[in-house]
Amino acid sequence: MFTRWSAAIAAAILLSSPALLRGASAADKPTDPQIAHIAYTAGVIDITAAKQAQKKAKSKDVKAFAEDMLRDHEAVNKQALALVKKLNVTPEDNDTSRALSKQASDKLAELDKLSGAAFDKAYVANEVAYHKAVNGALETQLIPSAGNAELKSLLQTGLKIFQGHQQHAEHVAAELK
Amino acid sequence: MKPGRLASIALAVVFLSIVVPARAATIQITMENLVISPAETSAKVGDTIEWINKDVFAHTATAKNGDFDVTLPPKKSATFVLKKAGTVDYYCRYHPNMKATLKIEP
Repeated sequence: MFTRWSAAIAAAILLSSPALLRGASAADKPTDPQIAHIAYTAGVIDITAAKQAQKKAKSKDVKAFAEDMLRDHEAVNKQALALVKKLNVTPEDNDTSRALSKQASDKLAELDKLSGAAFDKAYVANEVAYHKAVNGALETQLIPSAGNAELKSLLQTGLKIFQGHQQHAEHVAAELK
Repeated sequence: MKPGRLASIALAVVFLSIVVPARAATIQITMENLVISPAETSAKVGDTIEWINKDVFAHTATAKNGDFDVTLPPKKSATFVLKKAGTVDYYCRYHPNMKATLKIEP
């Protein structure tokens, strides 16, 4: 059943479609080790994207935004690692994490072909969409499914940070136009 | 030492501790878990605002009207002395969903 759930959530994250998320059955809940893996993977994806942007971005604002993403997501993931260690939980790879990573590496390759202002625009647009999708997944699936109170609380903090990033990205996107 | 003198020193200490902060107070505002609290703070021109960042993330206190832009590294605090009266909305540039207001009286 988890596979079906993962496929749904991955699709939701990838296509930014909240409707698909709602379609996932509540019974197909990911476990805490899987949630930890998905959250960590989502962070790594944005860190990798930020590193690419630091190399390729032209606009000063986009470079600064990438640096903010790098700093925050590294801080969140550091907390996540400390928490799984404390709870003695081993993050478990799963279809959602794999689908996310695959999609992200495709996006990275796509962005790699762009340069200058075109790269800046595409990177920031993807950051808006990506954070929106991750926030949807956190709100509707990952946070409600989390069993451990500390994991839930970390995901809730993560949600607030990523909502901030989404607004920040939207602001940068508006400035680029 | 005569008791009278002791009393006047004690009175002076009490007097100073009451009067000095009333003239220029330091007001602490906390940033924790991406929330600024209190969300609305009343202060006077000359007061010092001390923002305390309890998060492991960097934040800023950035006035919408451009009056101040204070950077708060993780787990650090920073201060700003209020110079102008007025109602100032401010936010965190890194996480614009963090918002608060200062009501500054002359």
